[in-house]
Amino acid sequence: MNNPQTYDALVIGGGATGGGAALDLALRGLHVALVERADLTDGTSGRYHGLLHSGGRYAVRDPESARECIEENRILRRILPHAIEDTGGLFVATPDDDPAYADTWVAACRACGIETEEISIGQMLKAEPALNPASTRAFRVPDASCDSFDVLSALAAAVQALGGTVLTYHEVVGLHLADGRVVGATLRNRRTGEEQRIDAAVTINAAGAWAGQIAAMAGCPVTVRPNKGTMVAMAYRFVNTIINRCHLPGDGDILVPVGTVAVIGTTSVNVPDPNVTSTEAWEIERMLDEGEKLVPGFSQVRALRAWAGVRPLYEEGGSAQGREAKRTFAVLDHSQRDGVAGLVTVVGGKFTTYRLMAERAVDVACAQLGVTTACQTQEFVVPDVRTPSERPKPHHLGLRLAEVEEAAADRRTPPNALICECELVTRKDVERAVSAHPDVVAPWVLDDLRRDLRLGMGPCQGGFCGYRATGILHELGQVDAGQATAALADFAQRRWKGMQPLLWGQNLRQALLDEQIYRGILGLEK
Amino acid sequence: MTYTPELLEDIRRTADLCVKCNICTTACPVLPTTNLFPGPKYVGPQAQRFRDPTQPSPDHSLDYCSGCGVCTQVCPHGVKVMEINTAAKAEMRTERLRKTPLDPKLWRDTIFGYNEALGQVGGLVAPLTNFLMNFGPARMIAEKTLGIDHRAPLPRFHFRKFRGWFFGQHQREKAPTPPGAPKVAYFHGCATEHYEQSVGRAIVAVLEHNGFEVLLPEQNCCGLPMQSNGNFAGARRYANALLRKLAPYAGQGIPIVVGGTSCGLELKSDYREILGIHTAEARIVAEQVYDISEFLWLLHEGGRLKTDFRDQGGRYIPVHTSCHQKLHRIGRPALDLLGLVPGLTVEEMGIDCCGITGTYGYKHEKYDIAQQVGQPLFDKLRASGVDQAICDNETCRWNIARSSGLQVVHTMQVLAEAYGVAEG
Repeated sequence: MNNPQTYDALVIGGGATGGGAALDLALRGLHVALVERADLTDGTSGRYHGLLHSGGRYAVRDPESARECIEENRILRRILPHAIEDTGGLFVATPDDDPAYADTWVAACRACGIETEEISIGQMLKAEPALNPASTRAFRVPDASCDSFDVLSALAAAVQALGGTVLTYHEVVGLHLADGRVVGATLRNRRTGEEQRIDAAVTINAAGAWAGQIAAMAGCPVTVRPNKGTMVAMAYRFVNTIINRCHLPGDGDILVPVGTVAVIGTTSVNVPDPNVTSTEAWEIERMLDEGEKLVPGFSQVRALRAWAGVRPLYEEGGSAQGREAKRTFAVLDHSQRDGVAGLVTVVGGKFTTYRLMAERAVDVACAQLGVTTACQTQEFVVPDVRTPSERPKPHHLGLRLAEVEEAAADRRTPPNALICECELVTRKDVERAVSAHPDVVAPWVLDDLRRDLRLGMGPCQGGFCGYRATGILHELGQVDAGQATAALADFAQRRWKGMQPLLWGQNLRQALLDEQIYRGILGLEK
Repeated sequence: MTYTPELLEDIRRTADLCVKCNICTTACPVLPTTNLFPGPKYVGPQAQRFRDPTQPSPDHSLDYCSGCGVCTQVCPHGVKVMEINTAAKAEMRTERLRKTPLDPKLWRDTIFGYNEALGQVGGLVAPLTNFLMNFGPARMIAEKTLGIDHRAPLPRFHFRKFRGWFFGQHQREKAPTPPGAPKVAYFHGCATEHYEQSVGRAIVAVLEHNGFEVLLPEQNCCGLPMQSNGNFAGARRYANALLRKLAPYAGQGIPIVVGGTSCGLELKSDYREILGIHTAEARIVAEQVYDISEFLWLLHEGGRLKTDFRDQGGRYIPVHTSCHQKLHRIGRPALDLLGLVPGLTVEEMGIDCCGITGTYGYKHEKYDIAQQVGQPLFDKLRASGVDQAICDNETCRWNIARSSGLQVVHTMQVLAEAYGVAEG
């Protein structure tokens, strides 16, 4: 093991909360390391449907979460403008929903400070012609769509710009205690197996659904209840607004436009292990059935991919399950709670409230360190690290194509081949992302590029871009043939996982074609 | 793509069926000739995912799709690639009209859409029109101002029209119609009316020789030139007017035969699939429309086609089946019919496209592309050593004639000759 590196603060977990905590600490002048066992957003943050909540969803049953959501919603729009698409949101009472609930809901929203505006069904259909015309009521709310890959890229870059360290694919395998105090951690490089030690005056455990396992390393009992939610990406961007069913939160009642697709979610299933992200047939069926209630014809179009994320539900001393459990968060000061200083766990909450969670956790950590600098993340606009060519602003469906077209029409630049045709990722995009990747020989490199570029996220699910990107990877010279093949196999397998639950109709044909390409032509084996 | 429940019935929805297999990319005749066109998959099902009628049209390269429809023919998954492209071109034109209404190319595209009116007006002063059309400096001016390539094959204009012949001289001179003769309505289209009477006369002769009473419904342009130049509103006006004129015939169960393969396709499927006209009239007309060769071959299969052909004494004629004829999905009835003629050998050249695709090859910026697409066909025809070829589509015929130097005729002209009923 190398000599330990020393930091003021160590943050465990490269999700939104961890990224937010690392930036918060760095902005308060602390030397910080952020560690993540896989890629940034690999846990729950990268497996949500992309909804920046207005809070409306929780107003009736969980007003505290609702208030947090609307306040943070306003802040995030200000500090992460490049990652947020201001789609607005609608709460719609379909014929399957009790129209009377809407009045209860409006009153609850008012009490939480969430603006709602009722519109006629005619106005609703004008704005969103795909919605069920038999709907009875519709309300506008300030929901938005938010890309967590963009958010984490920006947070990590900001942390690094402030002198911090970001280590992905480094798993915490042990916490070090000295005199009843957590003083650092041992990390294992997931690819090489090498271990290294990091010393830090304080450690923030932002491991989300895995927070219990981290806390246990310091002997602190934290019972996170992992709760799985399944989502399905459909081939059409059915709507340009986020659509919520106006009823008590249930399964499959949120539809989010994301790029060229729409994502419907979710289910709520308690799972024993946060690593369980497989989807079940009934969950897919439920999504399609519920989607049909919102959008007639929904289930007849192609479902591209299914996946699941695991919510880190937590209530100190509580026992509520699933949808009954509050979506608020808890900051656990283990020095007071368990007599273990130097460790703060932050758990529960929502993507929307990540910044607030980070702020509260860092407040506690700073109190332990005697640092009195105030939090600055409410005002700090996180710089956009993706060049305009990678993510145009403001977001709208056609811009990506318009940009590729513009580049192609410009005769001064050499032709820039499309590598991922579904998501319009060019050769230059891939080359740039490869050169920015910290560890290109890792077998998961293509999946990391996917999060950077949306490579392989369209209808063919990597059937054609996978081998092209692999070719570029190899051509650039840092990856040998065996490593390139391993990367391709890894990518194909991961893409297959999300297609597997949706093997009917055209997606089945697509899967068989992809399989023939990878196993038949290229001879890849599982 | 903005989704509506109606979209499930719309051809644009077929973009969803694409599995990216690239079969269309491989088959596209335009793609290998230019870097300006990224291929049918790219501008079709792929780009369709990024189009939203409420937002600006994102792409320009679409303009280089020639609309030949080879992509639609070869797609094994049912993606209506050419139809998707045509619909997107219309959106693009609407936007360009708004943004750059003075762009001469837009004017040119508009003019091309009015080819029926061109035939009418040009015909009034036919000698002058023909002079100007063949006068180099005038053509250069048209190229510089409107972008109509000076080398593109323009037809000859005529004072005298096909309908004038049919209702005048022909009615006076033809043999009396036998009582109880089956009726057939003939949609001749603009080209026969204004430029190529001989095709119409041959069709009438062949039908009458087979005992039909040929009816000539009142008619107007089918709207295809407007449709392919992105003017859907104009195309729909033409379409609905024509449907009103043809529906009474179709309603009586009178078959409607068409000589031009593109006009026929328009009536059979484009009205519904591309222009979205789902009226009862559109349906009953589509059910009664036949390509002339298709109609005669069905007649033959029913044992009712006369086969009193004269022996052609070992004549050989190469044939180019137009792209739009292939899109009828009726096999190759023209080749089948010609195969009945003793002493005549016909050979399908097996080249996808001659390049012109309606008005595409007339456009200056696309002329070279179109010529490159057609080059293998022109070469093959020239190498055949004969001086006559067959093609059933008007602009293809003119293009092949001009580019290969062969005389190019319609199947029915050869058939009429073989029956011994051709005039002069």
